[in-house]
Amino acid sequence: MKRLSLPLRNLAARPGRTAALIVLTALLAAAVFGGSLIVRSLEGGLDSLESRLGADVIVVPVSAASKSDLQNMLLQGTVGYFYMDSGVLDKVRGMAGVETASPQLFLASLRADCCSIPVQMIGFDRETDFTVTPWMRERYSGDLQDLQVIVGSRVNAAPGTSIKIYGENCKVAARLSETGTGLDTAVYGSMETLRSLLDAARGLGHDLKISGDPDKVISAVYIKVRDGYDAESVANDINLHVRKVKAIRTRSMMSDVSGSLSSIAGIVSVLAAAVWVMGFVVLFVAFSAMTRERKGEFAVLRVIGMTRRALAGMALKEAVLIGAAGALLGIGLSAIVVLPFTALIESRLGLPFLVPEPGRLLLIGALTLAGLVAAVCLASAVGAVRLSRADTADILREGN
Amino acid sequence: MSLLELKNVSKIYGELKALDNVSLHVDQGEWVAIMGPSGSGKSTMMNIIGCMDKPTLGEVLLDGVDIAKENSKRLTDIRRDKIGLIFQQFHMVNYLTAVENVMVSQYYHSMPDEKEALEALGRVGLRERARHLPSQLSGGEQQRVCVARALINHPELILADEPTGNLDEANENIVLDLFRQLHREGTTLIVVTHDPEVAEAAQRTIVLEHGRVAREIINENFEA
Repeated sequence: MKRLSLPLRNLAARPGRTAALIVLTALLAAAVFGGSLIVRSLEGGLDSLESRLGADVIVVPVSAASKSDLQNMLLQGTVGYFYMDSGVLDKVRGMAGVETASPQLFLASLRADCCSIPVQMIGFDRETDFTVTPWMRERYSGDLQDLQVIVGSRVNAAPGTSIKIYGENCKVAARLSETGTGLDTAVYGSMETLRSLLDAARGLGHDLKISGDPDKVISAVYIKVRDGYDAESVANDINLHVRKVKAIRTRSMMSDVSGSLSSIAGIVSVLAAAVWVMGFVVLFVAFSAMTRERKGEFAVLRVIGMTRRALAGMALKEAVLIGAAGALLGIGLSAIVVLPFTALIESRLGLPFLVPEPGRLLLIGALTLAGLVAAVCLASAVGAVRLSRADTADILREGN
Repeated sequence: MSLLELKNVSKIYGELKALDNVSLHVDQGEWVAIMGPSGSGKSTMMNIIGCMDKPTLGEVLLDGVDIAKENSKRLTDIRRDKIGLIFQQFHMVNYLTAVENVMVSQYYHSMPDEKEALEALGRVGLRERARHLPSQLSGGEQQRVCVARALINHPELILADEPTGNLDEANENIVLDLFRQLHREGTTLIVVTHDPEVAEAAQRTIVLEHGRVAREIINENFEA
């Protein structure tokens, strides 16, 4: 008869009661782990987006939709495109405080025979780019050739294969690491590649709503602000002096996202707290009822030589077993529910969503486990201590 | 030779004297019955002798040790090592089998030994029922398991509180026969009872009234 056998035997003897307690504990664990996972993933997505954009200011055409189009493209992976004259680039480069300005060209492929997959295509300037190249270098060390592309982590095209865009075969050179943003569903190529694809799209009769010379359009200018200059002032200067464009501070776009994230994190936290309060009260009542029901058993154990401390310890061991089993079940279930559906969650929330790396996930799981075990022990402690102090003889004489 | 000696023991709850200046002694190997009406102090005396309570005044010498002066932890040790307790309600651990209920007593005393536990059950006629849960045993069988559990660590004193109170006549006789056997083997027995027939089985009966020893009756017909 090993030391742990009494708590285990008691739990096994009442499978219904034990299962109910474990399910309740699992619910609490799922609320905490699932809630933490969602909030951490949203925070991770935001950090990832900020670092992937890498720019202080982004300049887009002044049209009312372009800012929201850009935001949707970056956050939700909604395809979009808008164009402005490339002369904007020279004007922006001439502005005070602009250290680097690099153009990008956007194009959306179609769900049609001409294209393998409908994706957002982003062309970047190989000479001046500072936003895509650093991430590309993690996975691909060569120079991108014409009609050679790199794909986001969620694009269904393996390196070495080709994808057809507007009838042109583009060879996939590499796949980028995951960001948890809309950029994961984008395909990147050089400006030359994008211009070729733009021509091909127009050649197929696709109306891209380009005003002016199609060979001299760009979609956005990514700007890095010189040290000592304020990004806000640089954006204001561009808006004041360059016609038909809108300069957006990346941080202001981030603050919109950050605001939504705070709201969602708040709702998740309140829901998790409500589940906890209710769950803890139910656990407390359940453990109190359980200890009352077992008064006779505990009294017998005291009479045959179990000390008060050992008795409280036995009750706590049962609580630890229930807490650990429930926590592991809840953590496992919420991981099964959340982890395979990150893309769906991202699209439904409209916010970047990057699941923490495995080490951090394990840490969140371990903290949830420890918290749950502590909570269940606390819920059982009052009854256990009260019972360990009860008058053994009176209990045995009462016959209950 | 005296195993238990109470010297001027009183237990006072506010205005109430549950035990009032009680003195008695029980010799090693003696079989004593304690009788009395409700509120006479039987339960209080049983609790004090069984190391489950302490007197307000007086000395309680068990095997030479004044248990009135010991702390809770030490009282648990003394109870575990020297006393085997049997109650009117059977009080088995309901998720353990009969043999495990006996072994759990060994566990807190020294070391579980299934063979010895099975022998103890054999002694009370329940060897064949060793693997049954309490819910599968009759009341009489449960009480016999409790007797086996009380005996398993070879206590110097068996303290039984209304041990036949919930039993039919047949099972009462089985339990009393077990007590006779224990007495023959030299075990000291103190049996609290309100049943004159059970008391008559003992060598000596102490009658309590209003917390005091009202009289002692020596059983002239006692059969060892």
